[in-house]
This record gives sequence, structure tokens and C-alpha cells, in this order.
Amino acid sequence: MTVQAIGHRERADVLKLLEAAGVYLAIVLLMLFNLAFTPHFATVTNLRLQLVQVAPVAIVAVGMALVIATEGIDLSVGSTMALAAALIPLYIGYGAGPAIVIGLLAGVAVGLVNGGLVAFAGIQPIIATLGLLVAGRGVALVFANGRLVELFDPTLGALGNSAVLGVPISVLVVFGVAVVAGIAMRRAAFGRRVLAIGGNRAAAALAGLPVKRTLLTVYAVSGCLAAVAGVLSTARQGASDPSFVGLLIELSAITAVVVGGTPLSGGRVRIVGTLMGALLMQLITATLIQHNLPDSTARMVQAVIIVVAVYVQRGRSRA
Amino acid sequence: MTTAALQVQAVSKQFGPVRALDGVSLELHPGEAHALIGENGAGKSTLIKLITGVYRPDVGQMHYLGEPVLFAGPRDAQAAGISTIYQEVNLVPQRSVAGNLFLGREPTNRLGLISFRQMNRQARETLLQYGITVDVRRPLGELGLGVQQMIAVARALSTDARVVIMDEPTSSLEPREVDRLVEVIGLLRRQQIAVLYVTHKLDEVFRLCQRVTVLRDGRVVHSGPVADTGRLRLVAAMLGRDVADVREHGATSFSEEHHAASGSPVLRAEALTRRPRLDGVSVDIHAGEVVGLAGLLGSGRTETAKAIFGAEPVDSGSVHVGANATVGGRPSRRWTPAAAIRHGLGMVPEDRAVEGVIGDLSVRDNIVLAALPRLTRAAFLSERRQNQLVDTFVTRLRIKLSSPNQKVRELSGGNQQKVLLARMLCLRPAVLILDEPTRGIDVGAKAEIQALIDELAGQGLGVLLISSELEEVVEGADRVLVLRDGAVVSTLQGTEISEDRIMHAIAAASLDAAETATGEQS
Amino acid sequence: MTTVANPPTESGHGARRLSPDSLAFWIRRASAPVVLAIVLLAGSVVFGGRFASALNFGNIALDSSYLLLIATGMTLVIVSGGIDLSVGSLLALSGVLTAYASRWGSLPAVLVPLGVCALFGLANGLLIGRARIAPFIVTLASLLFARGLAFAVSNEGNHVYIIPAKTVLTRLGQARLLGLATPVWFALAVFAIGLVLLNRSRFGQAVFAIGGSEEAAELMGLPVARVKILVYVLSSVLTGCAGVLVAAQTQSGLPTIGEGRELEAIAAVVIGGTLLSGGTGSLSGTLAGVLLLKVIQNLINQVGTLNAYYQQVVSGTFLIVVVLIQSRLARRRLR
Repeated sequence: MTVQAIGHRERADVLKLLEAAGVYLAIVLLMLFNLAFTPHFATVTNLRLQLVQVAPVAIVAVGMALVIATEGIDLSVGSTMALAAALIPLYIGYGAGPAIVIGLLAGVAVGLVNGGLVAFAGIQPIIATLGLLVAGRGVALVFANGRLVELFDPTLGALGNSAVLGVPISVLVVFGVAVVAGIAMRRAAFGRRVLAIGGNRAAAALAGLPVKRTLLTVYAVSGCLAAVAGVLSTARQGASDPSFVGLLIELSAITAVVVGGTPLSGGRVRIVGTLMGALLMQLITATLIQHNLPDSTARMVQAVIIVVAVYVQRGRSRA
Repeated sequence: MTTAALQVQAVSKQFGPVRALDGVSLELHPGEAHALIGENGAGKSTLIKLITGVYRPDVGQMHYLGEPVLFAGPRDAQAAGISTIYQEVNLVPQRSVAGNLFLGREPTNRLGLISFRQMNRQARETLLQYGITVDVRRPLGELGLGVQQMIAVARALSTDARVVIMDEPTSSLEPREVDRLVEVIGLLRRQQIAVLYVTHKLDEVFRLCQRVTVLRDGRVVHSGPVADTGRLRLVAAMLGRDVADVREHGATSFSEEHHAASGSPVLRAEALTRRPRLDGVSVDIHAGEVVGLAGLLGSGRTETAKAIFGAEPVDSGSVHVGANATVGGRPSRRWTPAAAIRHGLGMVPEDRAVEGVIGDLSVRDNIVLAALPRLTRAAFLSERRQNQLVDTFVTRLRIKLSSPNQKVRELSGGNQQKVLLARMLCLRPAVLILDEPTRGIDVGAKAEIQALIDELAGQGLGVLLISSELEEVVEGADRVLVLRDGAVVSTLQGTEISEDRIMHAIAAASLDAAETATGEQS
Repeated sequence: MTTVANPPTESGHGARRLSPDSLAFWIRRASAPVVLAIVLLAGSVVFGGRFASALNFGNIALDSSYLLLIATGMTLVIVSGGIDLSVGSLLALSGVLTAYASRWGSLPAVLVPLGVCALFGLANGLLIGRARIAPFIVTLASLLFARGLAFAVSNEGNHVYIIPAKTVLTRLGQARLLGLATPVWFALAVFAIGLVLLNRSRFGQAVFAIGGSEEAAELMGLPVARVKILVYVLSSVLTGCAGVLVAAQTQSGLPTIGEGRELEAIAAVVIGGTLLSGGTGSLSGTLAGVLLLKVIQNLINQVGTLNAYYQQVVSGTFLIVVVLIQSRLARRRLR
């Protein structure tokens, strides 16, 4: 009996290690591989490019992580990005600031609708946010008449393309968002509530937690962050493109969250892990592109990684 | 003696730090009803799951019909002829009665398609044998728990079983239905089927069974013919105490003193109604008083508790807390657990796994959960005050853990229950509602919690105690309200409280109801 | 054994209660067909012959047939308590493989995509049923993998395989019987079989039970893992069939099609009255849901001047409104 027990414990330890550090391990391995085999990888330009490219996904993923921590999901993030992008050219006449604020408010509005449907109408998150996914992009396209609009506002351009002390602004935003989210989750009562609701909603309600209010907030945050990502994308592109911006980004975000160690079943969240998950996916795509491997391969690799990541988590929670 | 139908030999099973079973042996003989008794947490459920293949023993073997055996799962065990009737009704509530009875074995016509007419007809016939006439096409979930349980029995017995395991089958049955079950068991015995009857109700042991095995903390402490064992000896064996001690001090750790109610009540719930579960229940609790709610499963005890705490809305009725404050009122939309907590109520729910602990969070997070609003300053939590609170209660309640950061899931049932108690006690409530506070926990923790309830009541806390263990209610409560079908049918005070009186109150009410029903038919 | 005359049905009360359950149940079931009837009527009144013509209805039927095939499989999956997000990508993959394999003849052109889809379904089923990974994640991964594979086979979308015109496949695929195209008949046949399978077979009862309470089903001795695997295989194979039919109709295999079809299928199933939580549902409801979605899309197209984007807004809002109404009604059945 003792022999059996030890064997079981060893396996659980390895899985635990993989689960906690797997994502970092994978990133390190990938970086080493690229340093060795990919030309021009270790240049500042390239590293900066990678970070800028991953910024929108990372921001959306942080919001998604919060929603997933409540055992929910937000499929509408891509459409919210598009909505924000569509609104900017309409209000840029008042200046970049007001236009951006309107975009963010739109994101919050979408989030509140999602949250309201989930918290008050009791509709399942996948269906509620699915509805917003479809309707949201439609509204965005209606505003923009389906067209791509070029933007020449200098503030916006600066937002998208300039850097502070060598660090691109979008990357700074990622850090900012992550820090705020991390602190909120660890040190604020809000974070505790989110985790409790995701861990056991019935218990949270019986302990007197404001479940509905918290859910509303979480979805509003997700919508707002999606809008932020939409604004940054638009700024960087120099154009508002609601047909394509944010397309399928919900998949990338969910992947980043899951690979980063946040379980879909709620109750636990890894903000840094989420960022790493996004970075890992970005690196994989970049590596494959640099080595002339097609996009399709990237997708298939992504798929396998998701399954492996969740399988490892599964083994842990079952032990 | 005929060879044993089932032999369990020296099995042990461990879950993490908890040893659920330790060297347990058991023999079931054909035609014999064998009682398996023990307190909550003694290991009865684990043993059953081991026999039916849900778990594998770490050590030890099983022999079925003479052959060594290791079942891969409940399907395997069922196919081999071991049928189990669980304490919770393990049927599918959305499916029809007939559908549940025949799931997996539906009668088919020549084309291989299910013949619903035949299935329904056979279902009606089968259930008639149990004295049940319901519309077999309706979803199972519409029926009362007692009927559901009988249907589960019917299903389990419709296979060719050689061994039938019944796990606390009477917890939701009316006395009349219990009589029926007794007849069923007699029938099984005559067919040379071995019955394993798991219960903590001693009366049933003496009424139904020929042999008895007593489990305590995962070990067999007594095994032998029922005829040779006295009731007191059984209780003593279950509790691990001296017979004389039990005779003198009772079966629980509640003290013998009873506190009389004085002054005005700190909690007054009036005419709580929510169809169909609650029908005008009124409860009042005074400071330092322990009020017990007794009744069968489904009588509305938990619903009453939840209505008082604001966890479930009511159609009408009100809840008044404190001397002057009046809250609640008609459809209490604003009466929520959060409001109840603010007004000085606390509740430890019935099912700690489903509604109580948040498994993945740490012990510390679980304890401070309800007190979050009081620990925050400008939206940030004070680590220091959190730790203070946690340390205070871990010490006071003697919660056994390796660190407050440990996931609460890793604690034993008894310690988890203490965590939930601590969560509510953090708020210094005036009234505490305890719904099955000692269910599924080991004897040691149980005694501690019972003593704690006494102590808290002594300090002025008003307690509403709900328990299916009658001895807990009898020994712990100063006043007992007996519930039936969502209404209070009897109130017992002080020396009036006894198991007999409570059972009588429940039975008498059911006799009345039956008479009314038949009266209406004629 | 003694029996008590007229024993109470529940808790000592002899009176029989009219279950609020049944009312909500029927409202959920009936809502889609009722709304469909209203919409058809309204459409005929507003658009007259343009809408209510045999040609237009035939087009609607054709459009609906692919969705019906996918949604039939999706209904089974959802009733069992799961979800299948991979169907959109499988549709594309199936079409690409059909076109690719048509070079070897019509039979391989059908068997290869169906076989591959069956493998995907098997993989889904094993990961969900045995490894116990959440269906959302597993089928999400399948979605990515299948789409990647579809692109890989068609050289990143650069090569579109064409099915030659005079093959058995194209002839059968583009044939018409009584004015309706082959896919319509095929979908109806599959629907009929599915109806029998779900409602009159032991397998169907098992699917309902597993969705209702997987724990109870397990304890009652049902082969839960096996049934789940079968359900996902069916979903994938039916989607594969839809893909083959699309390819036969268009005579080409485009790796880009099917985007969002899984969500459309889920919407159709939910609108039809099947609960996302599983355990209860109906295929006839799904049929109504499919038709409703397609008719609405058709009506929006009829307006012509209206932005195609409004279609999306309406679809999305419609889904939410329907689900809201159903959940409102379902609330009443809570005890």
C-alpha cells in the first residue's frame, strides 16, 4: 500500500509543477529555440513588435480572466472592440480624448447588458454574450456602414505608435491593466468576491455577498477592457476597421486564460499567468511565421496546447 | 449456515489525511438482513461505495458468491446482482416515473423501438405492489421525496439482485411507507436475498434485522446477532463510551440544563408562507435559547431556515429581529442574506459542500467571507484584522489545520463545519441558525460542536437548531417545534421534549391527514 | 401485501396539483412554431409574392437544410448536457476534403470527409467522456484544429479544389425531387431518424438521463462515457454530411465557410426550447428554431435596401429576447 501511495504522490507533484510553471517553462523553451534558430529574433525591434502585437489580446484576456473566474464567459469581446473602433471616427471631430471616452463607455454599456442578462435574467453567459457577439458587431457595422475609415488624428497616432522610455504605450497599458487587476484581485474585497462567486455561488450568496452587483461589475470591466483594446488597435492601425478588428479574439483570449492556469470552473485566477498565456500564443505564431510555417499549423498547435493545458489542470484538481 | 453472499475482508480506504475505513470485515448471508450502524462520519457510505465499486480498497478483498471480486463501477456491481438504494434519491428528476423505473431496460417492440404503452403499464403494475398510484408519465421530480424514495426502491429491486444494500432508506419516509418497506424486506428475505441495511435509527435495527455491525471512526467495534445486543450497548458502541455513562448523560454532548425563555424574543418569524413548502410557520427565539426544529425530510425545516435568513423569498409572512427593529414584511424583496447578516442573523447551511464552503479558497478566505464589509477600508482589505479574526476563531473552535492558507477542501468534514461556524461567529450575531450542524462529521468534532452550541447559548446567543438526529434535538433544545408539511404541528417545552413525543407528533399529524384525504374521497 | 385505498400522491394531500412545470414546458416548446407562424404570415402580408413564392420557400428550405443537419447533432449534444463548438470548422473541413477526394471518385469523396469527421467526433467524445475535460474547451480546440487542417489541406486557402461537374456526387447533390433539392430531402430524412432515435430508442432515453443528472445516470448503470462518445460522433458526422452536400452544391471546397455556424446551430436549438443545461429538449423544436432563423434572415434580405449588418443586429437581439422570455417562464416552475 505504501508503494502505491508514493507513486501516486509523485505523479501528482509532477503535474502540480507542470500546472504552475508549465506556461513559463514553455515560454523559456520557445525563446531559447528562437534565439538559436530564428534570425533577427533577439533584436529590440522584433521584441517590441511581439509585445505590441500581443497587447490587445493580453488586455482582453485580463478581462476575460475575471469573467471566467466567476465561472462565466464573455464571447462578445471581439464585437465590443469593433464597436469601440466604429465609434471613434464618428466623434474624433471633438478630439481624440472624447472619442476614446465614448468608445470606452460603449464597452461598459455592452458589459452592463451582458452582466444584466447573466445576473438578473439568469441567462447562461455563453448565450447572453453570444447574442451580444452577433448583435454587437452588427451595430458596429451599422455605425461604420461596413467601411474602413482612415484616421489622421495626431494624438491617436501617438497613442498607437509612440513609446515612453522605449516602451510602446500599448505595452504600458497592458502593464497598467495587469497591475490594477492583480491588486484588485489580491488586496481588494472585490477580488475576494469574484473568487467566492466563481468558487461556489450559492455559498457566496448565503454569506451575504452582493452577487448580482459583482457580476455586473465583472462583465462591465470585461467590456471596458475590450473597448480599450479596440481603441489601441485602431490607434495603431491608423484606421477604424470594424469588419475585421477583434475577429475571433475571444478564442485567443480564452486560450490565453486557460493556458495561463485559470480554470474554466471558476474560483481561481492567475493574472500574470494570463499575460504569459497570451505571450506564449503570440510567440508560437511568430515562431511559426518566421520559419515559414503556415497559419494553419499555428492554429493546430494552439488547439493541442489548449487541450494539454486543461488536461494538466484536470489531473491536479482530481488528485 | 449457508455460504456468505458477500464477504468483505479487512478493507481499508484512505482519502488524503483522512482514514475512512480501517480493517473492516463484514459478511452478508442470504435471507438475512444485516444492519450497519454508526454515527455520521463513521464510514458507512464509504463502505457501500467500496462494495459497489465506486471506490477501490487500498487494502483488503471482497468475495461475492464465493468468488474474489473487484467491481469496476456501479454498473458492474449492478450487473453482478448487487443492487443499491441510496439515501439521496439517485434518479433523474426530469424524466418520467416510468422512464426512471425502466432506464436502461425499457421494453421494446419488434422494431427495437421503445413501447411507451407497455412501459407505462408495467410501471403502474409494479408500483401498485408498493401501494403507489401516481401518473407514471409525469416527471419524477414532481413527487414528494418519500414517494421518490419508494420508486428508487422499486427500481433497485426490479433487477435480479442477490444482495440489496439500503442506505438510510427511511430518512424521507412516512410511518406508513416505512411499514411497506418492512414488508418489502420480508419479501426479499424469503427469496434468500441478502440485505445490508444501513441506518443510524436503532428502532429499525431491532425491528428489521438479524445481525448488526457497528462502525466507529472507520473501524468495526461490534458485530453480532441483534437478539444478543441491547439498545444501550449499541449506542455506547457507536459513541465509544461506557454504557453507564450513556445511560446517565445521554447520547450527545449537550448539557442537561435547559434554558427557559425569558424576556422578549430576539427573533420573531410570523406566518412564513411559500407554496407548496411553507404553510404559515411561526418561530420565535429568545436570547440564550436553543429552539429545535424537528420533522421528516421534506417537512419544511430547511425552507423555514432559509426563509428566516432571507435566502429564499416568501409569499407572505415577516421576520422581526431585535427588540424594536422590524424588517421583512410582504414579498420580502429586500430581505436577503446580506440584510439578515446586517441585522444580526447568521446561518450555517444544511449542505456544506454545496452551499457552505468554497473549496478552492483558503481557510482564511472562507472564514472572513461574510465579514468582508467590516474588514475593508477604502475598498482594500486589512490583512492584519483578517489574520486576527482568523487566529481567534481557529483557536477558539479548535480547527485542525496545517496553515490558514490551506485550501478548505483539504480539511476534514468536522473542521470544515467549524470553518462555517467561524464564518458566522465572526459577525457576532444575535441569532444563529444551524441546519444539520453535525451531519457527516466524526464523533470527536460532533461532540465539540454540540458543546460549543451549549456554550454559545449560555453566553446569550439565540440558536435555531435543525437536526435529523432526534437525540440531538431532544438533548440540545430548550424548546422544540415539530414541523409537518410546512406547518408547526406541535410545540414541546423543557421536560415535555422526548423522542417519543416528537415521533408521535409527526405520526399523529400524518394520521390526521390520511383521514382527511380518505374522508374527502368518500 | 396490503394496499391503502387511494393513497395520497404527495405528502398527505390527496389533491392533485397542476404542475407549473408542464405549462412552462409547453410554452417553451410552442414558442418557436408560434412565432414562426406569425413571422410567415407577416412576411407574406408585407412582401407578398416575393416572399411567399415556391421559389423563395425552396431557397429557404435549401438554406435551412444544412443548418438542420448540424442542429440535429447539436440538439443531441446539448440534451446530453454538453456543447459542440467545432461544427463550423468541421463543415469547412468536410467540404474541403470532399472536393479534394473527388479526384478519386464520388464514393471516396463522401467517405473521406465523413471518416475524418467521425475521427474528430471520436476525439471529442473521448476527451469529454473519458478524460472528463469540459466540452466547451475540447470542442473549442477541435474548432481550431479543424479550421487549421482545412486551411492546410487547401494550401492556406490558395487552392480551391473543384469537383468536376458530371460526377455522381454532383448529379446527386444538385438533383431536385418535387422541386426540392437533395439536401432538403436528406436533412428531412435525418431529422425523422433523429426524432425516432431521440424519442423512441433506449439510446435517446440515455441521452436525456445523462443530461438530466449524469451522476444518477451513472449510478443507475448507464454506459455514460459510451453514450457521450456516440453523441459527439453523431454531431460531427452529421456536420460532415452537411459539408459534403455544400461541396456538392457549390462544386468546390472552400476552407473559409462555416464561420459562426456553431453559434447559429446553438441559437436554433435554444430557440426551439431545448435547455442549454441539458436533460430536456426536442428535435421538433430545433426544426422550428432553424426555420425561424432562416426565415428571418430571408425577410431581412427581402428588404434589400437594409444593411446586411442589420441582419446581425436582429439575429443577436432575437436570440436574447427569445431566451429571456423562456427563462421568465421557466422561473415559475421553481419550487
